[in-house]
Order: sequence, then C-alpha cells, then structure tokens
Amino acid sequence: MSLLMATFTIGLILSVLAIGVLISFRIFNFADITSEGSLALGASVAAVLITSKSFGPFTVLFISAAAGAAAGALTGVLHTKFKINALLAGILVMTALYSVNLHVMGKSNVALMNEETIFTLFNKHLSISETVNETVKISGFLVNLKDLSSALLSLVGAFVCGLALYLFLKTKLGVAMRATGDNTQMASALGVNTDLMVISGLAIANALAALSGALLASYQGFADVQIGLGMLVWGLASVIIGETLVRDKSIGLAITAAVMGSIFFRLLVAIALRFGMNPNDMKLITAVFVLMALIIPELGKKNKLTESRIVKTN
Amino acid sequence: MLKLINLYKTFNPGTPDEVRALSGVSLSIAAGSFTVILGTNGSGKSTLLNAVAGTFTLDSGVIELDGRDITGMPEYKRAAYIGRVFQNPFSGTAPNMTIAENLSVASMRGKTRGFSPALSSAAAAGFYERVKSLNMGLEDRLDNNIGSLSGGQRQALTLLMACLNKPRLLLLDEHTAALDPKTGAKVLELTRSVIEKDNLTTFMVTHSMQQAVNLGDRIIMVYKGKLIHDFSGADKKALKPRDLYELFEEIKRRELIDPGVCDILKANYV
Repeated sequence: MSLLMATFTIGLILSVLAIGVLISFRIFNFADITSEGSLALGASVAAVLITSKSFGPFTVLFISAAAGAAAGALTGVLHTKFKINALLAGILVMTALYSVNLHVMGKSNVALMNEETIFTLFNKHLSISETVNETVKISGFLVNLKDLSSALLSLVGAFVCGLALYLFLKTKLGVAMRATGDNTQMASALGVNTDLMVISGLAIANALAALSGALLASYQGFADVQIGLGMLVWGLASVIIGETLVRDKSIGLAITAAVMGSIFFRLLVAIALRFGMNPNDMKLITAVFVLMALIIPELGKKNKLTESRIVKTN
Repeated sequence: MLKLINLYKTFNPGTPDEVRALSGVSLSIAAGSFTVILGTNGSGKSTLLNAVAGTFTLDSGVIELDGRDITGMPEYKRAAYIGRVFQNPFSGTAPNMTIAENLSVASMRGKTRGFSPALSSAAAAGFYERVKSLNMGLEDRLDNNIGSLSGGQRQALTLLMACLNKPRLLLLDEHTAALDPKTGAKVLELTRSVIEKDNLTTFMVTHSMQQAVNLGDRIIMVYKGKLIHDFSGADKKALKPRDLYELFEEIKRRELIDPGVCDILKANYV
C-alpha cells in the first residue's frame, strides 16, 4: 500500500512537469528538452535553499520555479531572437544547466535529511508525527498517514498548477499564445508579439518543470544532478497516454489528461518493476513506449487512407 | 494617408537567386481610397503589399502611415493599424482553435492583451452577431475548430477578423485566387460590402483584370519592381478588361524583345 501511495505521489509530482511539456509540445509543437535541465535546476535550487534554512518551504518553491522560468526564457530568446532551431536551443540550455546545477549544489547531490520541506510542513499542520509511523485504515487497507498527506499535498499541487494553466490559457494573453503556436503568421498579422509569446510560454513550461523538480527533491529527500535525465520523454509519455485516455482535445481535458497520464504511466512502471523488470531497462522501455505511441496513430491514418483509396477505385 | 517613398528591396543579393523585387517604388494613397495592384507573376506586387505589412525589412525607402514613419516598426506593431487577408485561405486563421477564440484574438488587434477572460459572455454575443452577418450559418458553430471549415468559410472569417476592429488600412493579397469561382465571388461581394460600410482604405493585389476593373477607384500596374501605370478617376472608370490585357501583352512583348535584341546586337557588333 505504501508503494501504491508513493506511486501516486510521484505520478502527481511529475504531472506538474507533464503540464509544462504539454505547453511546449502541444502549443508550440516541439519537445523542449530544456525541461530536463529545468527540473534538475528546480531540484538543486530547492535543495540548497532548504538546507540553508533561510527561506520557508513555500518561498523555496517559488524561487525554484522562477529559476526554471529564467532557463525557459533563455531557450525562447535563443530560438526567437537568434533564430536557433528550437530543439537545438533547448539542448544548449540543458547542457549548460548541468554545470549550473553542479555549481548551485556545489556537489553532485544534496541530501535533505530532517530538513523542513513543504511535505514536512504539511504534516506539521495536520499534526502528523515525522518519527512515529501512524496508520489509518481505508477500506480495509492500512495506509501510512505520512504517505497519505504527501499524496494529498501533491494532488493539491497538481490541481492548482493545472487550474492556473487552464485559466491562463483562457485569457486574452493565453489565447494569443495558443494562436502563436497554431499559426504564427496569423497571430503576427493580428498584432500578437509572437516572439514574446514563445519566450513567455517556454518560461511557464520550464517554471512548471522546475517546480516539479523542487517538489520531487522535497519528497524524496535529496536532489541529484542526474534527476532530470529522461524526464522529457517521461513528460511526453504522460501527455500522449493522457490523450489516448481522454480523446477530447479541449484545453481543460488536455491538462487533466496529462495529469492522469502521468499517474497512469507511473503506475505501469511500478507494476513492471514489481514483476521483475530490470530497473536499468526503464528508460529504454519508456523511450520505446513513447515511440510506439507516436507511430501507431500515424499508421492508423495510413491504413485509413489506403482503405479509402481502395474504396474509390472500386 | 499611406505614403511609400522610394522603396528598394533585393532578395538574396549577391547570389544567383538574386531578385530585385522593388526598385524605387513611390506611391501615395488617399484615405478612403481603394487601390488595386495588377502585375504579372514575379512583378513585385505581393512584395509591395508585404513591405507595407512589414514582413521583411526594406533595403531603403520610407513608409509613412498617417504621417507616422512606420518603416522600422515590426510587423506585429503595424498590425495595430493594418488588417490583412492572405492568398492562402488557411493562413489567416488558427485551425486548432475555435471560431470564437480566433475572433477573440482578432478583437484584440491594436489593444493590450491582459489576463481578462478571452470569451466573456458579452464578447461571445458580439462575435455571434458579427459572424451571423456573414450569412453562412457559422454563428451556431462558434465553438467548433476553424480547421473543420472550408477554405471559403475560413477566408470569409479571415476578412471578418481583419475588419473586426476597424483598420486604418486593409491589405488584400489575391484573397480570392485560391477559392473556387462561386465562393470567390461570394467573398469578393463580402469584401465590397465591408469596405463600403466602414469606408476602409484598401490596397488589393489581384491577378484578375475583371476584379481590377469592377472594384476600386485606382489601378496600379507593377512590372519588375517598378510602377509602370497608374490610372485613377475618369481614366480608371473608362478602363475595360481588354485595355488591361493589352497592357499586359505590351509587357510580354517587351520581355520578348530583350533577349532578341541582345542576339541581334551580338550578331552585328561582337
């Protein structure tokens, strides 16, 4: 049961990343690999600030997100103002961030033992002890209270991020941002500062990635410079699985779908690991999975085309 | 109100693909006038329109709109004064957004976009009325994605969007050329009524002599990046499509003469 709660919690924490990937992948139509660096940046910044004890857990999350936003904005500037291919701009910033993250932490990982994080703060408010393992019975299952509160907090976090993004994309600014990704020529002709839209869109996407990283570090109790590795593919998998689960493409459902996709994917991974999958194969299987999810709809289209052709010739 | 002073633009300079698209175009357009630009393929007529819209930077020359120098102004800032409809019916709308959302983007042309909801009920009601005025039955499909509509419907919506906030200048770039004749005629009729209703200053590029003769109060012919004819007032009214065809024939003859004359000169003198 503890494993299941942890699966849900991590799935929810990474769904914040998935929502960010949704912006770059579905609004601007490219996979922004800056997210991997931003996630690690968020984790590094959060870990260092938490151990320094100079800011409250909430402030730490905001600063981490702001750092991610700066990274995303940099990718946006490289892409729009210096006309560097979006994918390459992301790779450049991600690579640079690896060194930045090492400098931020001063070493390759930072442990957060007995530090006050957003999760321990939440436990404190709910009067849940950090040391004693209290449990509660939910429909016959024994659930650790700490696990439950962490899952609850992650759910609140994912919900707030998802709702904020949903509301933003329905504003005049948000609609202009979507138009920029959908048809740049049209947006520009209607007076939208398209460069600014791309820059701020990527800033939001990477702020979410960094926030996800900060939450992940707080939850796991450590930050590692490698924490972001493979996370973009993870985000893509979540978005794609979500789209398969929820076939509607409206904004609200797309965001909900990304969150669901993230939880579902984490669940699949947990099950696979439980049944003896070699953890070393995880990234390979994730990548193959995303590849298949990308290819299968295209194959479906081709089949339909050939079918309609056959019908016509008949 | 629109003044073009000595515009020059060469694409791909110094390469074999060098194109002198504008070579010294000067033109002044009065407020409320409807100017039609005619020219053969590659004559520079679309380039002229794009120069006004600001899609590229000029090599030299000055563009003034309402006495304000807009030469260095980026495209999206000029859009505050300029409404545009493109040749490709798919260029002017965002396919994966609903009709209402597209109109919402257009309704903020020239205004500051903030964090207020894009589709308030008041705005939606306004959009409903405007779309209804197209008489295409699209007002009941405001929440459908524009990508599901036909080219003609999308072009009609693009025109509506370009004029949603009255533009100082309307740029039409062969906007009916890609439509079938019936739909094209409908969009053209719509164009005429919109322009008359708001007394818009219009700058239209076309291939069609018939359109040029029927519409507008001034015809400008462009050839090799230069203005070669300019008819307005009574001259414009007296023009028949046949006169324009003859002018085009004359251009063709000129083009034929060039290499021919070269050969003769070579044979005689080299």
